[in-house]
Amino acid sequence: MSARELLKKIGARTLYTFNEELLDKEYQFVFAADLMSDALAMINANTDSTILLTGLANAQSLRTAEMLDISMIIYVRGKQLSETDLELAKEMEFNLFSTNLTMFECSGVLYQMGMKAAGND
Amino acid sequence: MIKEIYKVEREDFINAGKVSSKIKTILKELQVPGALLRKIAVACYEAEINMVIHSYGGIITLHISEDGLVHLLFEDTGPGIKDLNAALTPGFSTASDKAREMGFGAGMGLPNIRRVSEFFDVKSSSEGTTLDLRWQL
Repeated sequence: MSARELLKKIGARTLYTFNEELLDKEYQFVFAADLMSDALAMINANTDSTILLTGLANAQSLRTAEMLDISMIIYVRGKQLSETDLELAKEMEFNLFSTNLTMFECSGVLYQMGMKAAGND
Repeated sequence: MIKEIYKVEREDFINAGKVSSKIKTILKELQVPGALLRKIAVACYEAEINMVIHSYGGIITLHISEDGLVHLLFEDTGPGIKDLNAALTPGFSTASDKAREMGFGAGMGLPNIRRVSEFFDVKSSSEGTTLDLRWQL
């Protein structure tokens, strides 16, 4: 499923796009969590085709994605990054989006579209 | 051979993770393969966050030897881990509300660090905690 298709379906708006080409990239996996320790513990494979879905709009969600080599984050519940965190995101070369859907709603839509749960090898 | 020493301040949530980011960049430049790089980065980040959340502050030393041994040493100045066995149990957490607001405190830190490390050793007293992690490139 291309990022473009997914984002349209969940009504996501762009917070920052580092690389427009990534919108045509196929993503297969999603990890949904507000606790970054869980994301760090449970995402071990296919990180380049994994999307982080979170309501934690701060520097630590960016750092977590950076450590895991995840290039795309979708913030749920209409969360926005502060200007400072957005500057950090630009340095890290992420593609960031926000949707007004809740974590439950967004997960449901993505699951129906065929996205799979990110996890271990 | 590379040796770098970084200082980590107590409860410095704004800069938490910066050291791990620098260390990951160094390892990336050394062309450490993706899966191993992620393991080292995750362990380093979790340990750095632990230092910010739980300790009075300390230092992180990165040492990469000629024969490719990556050695990360985390040394803080206290107050120590009261119950080390409990801290190594997934789900056990003593994190503050502030730490939870930052997305941590799931009780997965030390268990996760141990899981991704090839060598793991932790020693703790009221004087401080030392976490010794190693990987062979």
